[in-house]
Amino acid sequence: MKHTLSVLVENNPGVLSRISGLFSRRGFNIDSLAVGVTEDKNVSRMTIVVDGDNYTIEQLTKQLNKLIDVIKVTDISKDSVIRELALIKVNASLSTRNEILQIVYIFRAKVIDISKSTMTIEITGNSQKITALEELLQPFGIKEMVRTGAIGLERGQKVIKYTINDEEE
Amino acid sequence: MRMTGAQAIIKSLERNNVKVIFGYPGGAVLPLYDSLMDSSIKHVLVRQEQAAVHEASGYARITGEVGVCMATSGPGATNLVTGIATAYMDSIPIVAITGQVPVEMIGRDVFQEVDITGATEPFCKHNYLVKDARELPRIIAEAFYIASTGRPGPVLVDVPKDVAMEEIDYNYPDRVELRGYKPTYAGHPLQIKRVAKAIEKCSRPVICAGGGVITSNAADEIAQLSQRIKAPVATTLMGIGAFPGDHPLSLGMLGQHGSYAANRAVAMADLLIVIGARLGDRATGSTDTFAANAVIVHIDIDPAEIGKNVNTNIPIVGDVKCTLTELLKYNLKRQDSDWLQDIKAWKDKYHHKGLFCRSLKPGYILTRLSDKVDKDKTVLVTDVGQHQIWAGNYYTVKKPRTFLTSGGLGTMGYGLPAAIGAKLADRNNEVILVTGDGSLQMSLQELALLKQEDLVVKILLFNNNALGMVRELQQQHYNCRYCQVHLTGNPDFCKLAEAYGLPALRVDREDEVDEAIDTLINSKTSVLVEVKTDVNEKTSPCRV
Repeated sequence: MKHTLSVLVENNPGVLSRISGLFSRRGFNIDSLAVGVTEDKNVSRMTIVVDGDNYTIEQLTKQLNKLIDVIKVTDISKDSVIRELALIKVNASLSTRNEILQIVYIFRAKVIDISKSTMTIEITGNSQKITALEELLQPFGIKEMVRTGAIGLERGQKVIKYTINDEEE
Repeated sequence: MRMTGAQAIIKSLERNNVKVIFGYPGGAVLPLYDSLMDSSIKHVLVRQEQAAVHEASGYARITGEVGVCMATSGPGATNLVTGIATAYMDSIPIVAITGQVPVEMIGRDVFQEVDITGATEPFCKHNYLVKDARELPRIIAEAFYIASTGRPGPVLVDVPKDVAMEEIDYNYPDRVELRGYKPTYAGHPLQIKRVAKAIEKCSRPVICAGGGVITSNAADEIAQLSQRIKAPVATTLMGIGAFPGDHPLSLGMLGQHGSYAANRAVAMADLLIVIGARLGDRATGSTDTFAANAVIVHIDIDPAEIGKNVNTNIPIVGDVKCTLTELLKYNLKRQDSDWLQDIKAWKDKYHHKGLFCRSLKPGYILTRLSDKVDKDKTVLVTDVGQHQIWAGNYYTVKKPRTFLTSGGLGTMGYGLPAAIGAKLADRNNEVILVTGDGSLQMSLQELALLKQEDLVVKILLFNNNALGMVRELQQQHYNCRYCQVHLTGNPDFCKLAEAYGLPALRVDREDEVDEAIDTLINSKTSVLVEVKTDVNEKTSPCRV
């Protein structure tokens, strides 16, 4: 089963390598990993999508927590909003442009670049939505595609808290 | 106070009460060596950097304090790698400081440059590449804190040469604050209560004590628990010394190389209390059948160890000593049974005492050595191989921190430097190294330190001119096809010892054995006793 983990880490050099290294050396498979700084400039937030059973996820969480630079690991697979972003450069001639625009419209995606023979489309959504758009654009000929890893936040008022003296943790 | 980064490091080490550094100089680490000249800290010049870590490890295991070692960039740093991995696997607190090329040169493959933080990342508890000298006092403070607290382990601090030369205002932090690192010491009260209840219900308990018991200084608590609930105690290889080996409730070592009684007792137990042990594959064998009839309690300070190898019924994350102290507050009483009679029968079945007549057999020699030494002040250090297993099984260890071995990584060459570190940690200790011809040759160069530092280390060398353990594996699993296990070019070890200024004697007849052991024990100087060992001597099937 796929799990989405939110990992708050110290924004130190080398932290990404520590985490990606841990995955490969302990034999965990990452589906995607996205990382960026948070509202606190000293803290980065990684969203990691990983495939595994409960034992794997428990071990992974414990091993991540052992890293000194890891502040907190939270499994946000349940009840959260998860998004990916993709940019797709697709062949678009005068005759196919309109058809592509209709698809873009249905998906509530955006055209962010256009040329005589191509269009670049930006889409955000969950993994399935992006894959669906990709499939629909395939017949026109996808020239290039790039997608980010998933990022996510829990729904509602829930936040992942951390403090220096987080006694109950 | 204004000072250079190097001076700040040395001052921070002094602040952490460091008395000895094991190290080897080189270009990139020279600012540190220059500052060291003005310090009260003793530096022990090793002969190869790997040994510096093992020496620091031996020192740390005796004192319970952080061992410190130092090396230069590039090859100096990479030579540390095996030592660091060895310390990591055995949870030994080490701070390793390496020199590095200047910051602006990093990444250009300059002379003696290597990415040592990258290289050691998988087997360090943590590491630092210092890019700003002002951070040095904080980083050294954190390094010592991380190495020595929670589950101890090695921490590496990589210091570029220009950082070491930069002038800073020295400010040592009052406390270390790491929001990502908060070891849990107190076991959860409800879980402890569950253990007390499980004890009430059980009639065949076994305690399995690992290295964590020694780290946590909890041997007394283990002894109390064992007495109170009449539970026999098996130890892991790292746990040897956690419970007196001559105690009637001692089962000896668990696992592949362990005793019949220990393995039998664990198989038949209805409650297994695993304390400060990670239950590695050598200890458990097949995890499907391990302690199949038992409720398993697992107490460990490292949450990641619990449930990693063996499914646990009652997990407790916490320090062994803190947790056992709480558990012992309960009125612990188990169900009556014939359990201890069964245990005694299993122990008697293969008991070796008196089985050996005088011979060159390792079992005889180690049993005799064990009977003759003063256990209150003797530290036995082993290398890795057959002799290690023989020592583990035939030499009776009575106290914690008196048996040092490379348990997790199985690093040949660990013994001699670890023995040197152990002796430097407390010169009142009698330090005996049990080694083999293969292992000794992996750290042979360190013999020079015995003279250099005026150390008395007694060396008992089992020489079968072979890699006995590997040969035994080939015998059992490769149909006696012996490949690359015979050390035909071996030197004359006695002459070699003499070249390093050590008296030495060779034993190749049965009637010389007893006297040689006496000579080893009574010698006032370092001495090497080489025992000619039959290459067909085996470690298994072990019938201790």
